[in-house]
Amino acid sequence: MSVDAEFELRDLRVKNGGKEILKGVDLILRRGETHALMGPNGSGKSTLASVIMGHPDYEVIGGDLLFRGQSLLGLAPEERAKRGVFLAFQYPVAVPGVSVARFLKAAVEAVRGKTTGTGGFLKGVREQMKTLEMSDAFLDRGLNDGFSGGEKKRLEILQMLLLKPALGVLDETDSGLDIDALRIVAEGVNRLRGPDLTLLVITHYERLLKLIEPDHLHVLLEGRIVFSGGPEAVQNLEQHGYDWIREQVGAEAVA
Amino acid sequence: MTHVLTTASKLVQDYRYGFVTDIAEDAVPKGLNEDIVRLISAKKGEPDWMTDWRLAAFRHWQTLTEPHWARADYAPIDYQDIRYYSAPRQNAKKGEVDPELAKTFEKLGVPLHERGALAGVAVDAVFDSVSVATTQRERLKKLGIIFCSMSEAIREHGELVRQYLGSVVPPTDNFFAALNSAVFTDGSFCFIPRGVRCPIELSTYFRINAISTGQFERTLIIAEPESYVSYIEGCTAPARDENQLHAAIVELVALEGAQIKYSTVQNWFAGDAEGKGGIYNFVTKRGHCRGARSRISWTQVEVGAAITWKYPSVILEGADSVGEFYSVAFTNNRMQADTGTKMIHLGPRTRSTIVSKGISGGQSANTYRGLVKVLPKAAGARNHTCCDSMLLGPHCSANTFPVIESRNATAITEHEATTSRISEEQLFYLRSRGLDEETATALIVHGFCKEVLKELPLEFAVEAVKLLELKLEHSVG
Repeated sequence: MSVDAEFELRDLRVKNGGKEILKGVDLILRRGETHALMGPNGSGKSTLASVIMGHPDYEVIGGDLLFRGQSLLGLAPEERAKRGVFLAFQYPVAVPGVSVARFLKAAVEAVRGKTTGTGGFLKGVREQMKTLEMSDAFLDRGLNDGFSGGEKKRLEILQMLLLKPALGVLDETDSGLDIDALRIVAEGVNRLRGPDLTLLVITHYERLLKLIEPDHLHVLLEGRIVFSGGPEAVQNLEQHGYDWIREQVGAEAVA
Repeated sequence: MTHVLTTASKLVQDYRYGFVTDIAEDAVPKGLNEDIVRLISAKKGEPDWMTDWRLAAFRHWQTLTEPHWARADYAPIDYQDIRYYSAPRQNAKKGEVDPELAKTFEKLGVPLHERGALAGVAVDAVFDSVSVATTQRERLKKLGIIFCSMSEAIREHGELVRQYLGSVVPPTDNFFAALNSAVFTDGSFCFIPRGVRCPIELSTYFRINAISTGQFERTLIIAEPESYVSYIEGCTAPARDENQLHAAIVELVALEGAQIKYSTVQNWFAGDAEGKGGIYNFVTKRGHCRGARSRISWTQVEVGAAITWKYPSVILEGADSVGEFYSVAFTNNRMQADTGTKMIHLGPRTRSTIVSKGISGGQSANTYRGLVKVLPKAAGARNHTCCDSMLLGPHCSANTFPVIESRNATAITEHEATTSRISEEQLFYLRSRGLDEETATALIVHGFCKEVLKELPLEFAVEAVKLLELKLEHSVG
């Protein structure tokens, strides 16, 4: 493995419901880098996000996921979270009756491994909420219960700000957001960026990548990474779509 | 298999109320006949009318057969193999509590001295067949509130008891009600006079200790016009291989404008993982909103007992009276719960709310059974029912049997019901935030029950949540 890789996927092969979805994915993220992963619907992007977090429905049939040189395979989702892995969900689920405040406190305490005083904790939360333009009333609502798409995504980013992960995976965080919400969410993410955060931004559209500028771009097609390049490739994708990649891949295959 | 056994012993271990108090008992011989009924009545120093009342109930009981319509399987109960009265021989001066008993209740978290943490609660402590102490009585007496054991009430407040006893649940009501009426031993009596708002929670703690003994509690609460009382009931029993019968009756009477809030946390020993042992909790609880604008609320958190057969109900007779039933029933291992409520709308504009949350794990069976009945005079009556069931594993079951009978066209009844498995996606989401599976499950279940738990008095709610979490620890995985 490469010595300074913070996060590495090595020939990762994943099955779900009897179907092979990831067919050997290789990816290296160095510490502090932001990588974008794009690809059309059905290419396996969300599967990859779920597998990184350890979703029990996905079966890893080959390869490995290494975080700081250690395999994540066999680790429960909560263990991964405690090691600093965070997934911002595309579709955060509702847990009725569990208040946002209670959930956030439980999550922060679980990840840090120690209890925290409620008063001070909530003060910190409210400050972060302000930056995401969320009202305090959020704290008393049932977790994601009846939340709009935009509210859910803000809450995901709020969690990331509070949990301060070492590896953040954003799964289509831009979907369902209007321009203003997108900007607020992106600003939240950008505040966290720095040498301590390695980021994998999974998205369908390049508009998010204008706000969260990646260091590298990868394209996933039918379960394989078919293209890796610098941030300038975002422009090409925007102008020419995935056909451009398909042609590139075809050309390379011919060459 | 080993895993199952380990879990079982752990569960019994975790039932930290499963101990036995070593105390000499004054008990009647096993079995049931008229002599036993007379003996119980004599031991309690009852007047003749009470003895006759019991005998009439006993004679009626003999004509009845045990009901088996509930969804619960159990071997026939041998009523001649049960001891119907057992009282600890107290080694203490009159007016004091035997140190061994005081220690027992201390251990159960129910201190019987009047200082300290429970100052906001008056406690009637019932040990097997007798009440051993009732706290805060003097303070209550100044307000005209009577709070004492049923035995004392029969002796000291005979006329009140005679007027109300059996007026909500008559001895002929059902098999277990007839049995209780014949042999009931102790329980609490509360009388709140007109216009008085009881400033503290009244509570009864029921403890079964003696082996092979049934507990037949009898509680009667009377709220005079424009009065208010909040009453709490708790219970535990030793962990034993045998099944023990608890057949209680609770009667509530709310007169004009009165409000009674009755909360229960039922934590009888539930048996081990194989279904051995545990309490049969066959209980008739009913409230009667006799006066206009009166209100009765039942809130129950049922987490124990091998079998629960219990339908706290409200008869809504007074115009504009309100009945409420909030229930969480948690079953695990081989527990069987068949519980629910009846709301009988007699008066105009009577309203009722039913919120039932059933949670089943292990191989348990959890049934909601409810009846909403609107009679012809109940114009403008309203009911809203919501029954949700959550399954924690693949081997448990949940059933819902809601019956609505409306005989007044102006009445509005609404019913919602859901059954769901605990969602993998919810678990994954919470686990991805660092919460382990048990904590995540507890959080989901807590959220699921929130609507009910918020109805409990605050300190009691904290205890109930802790208890629920403890019970959940062994229901996952």
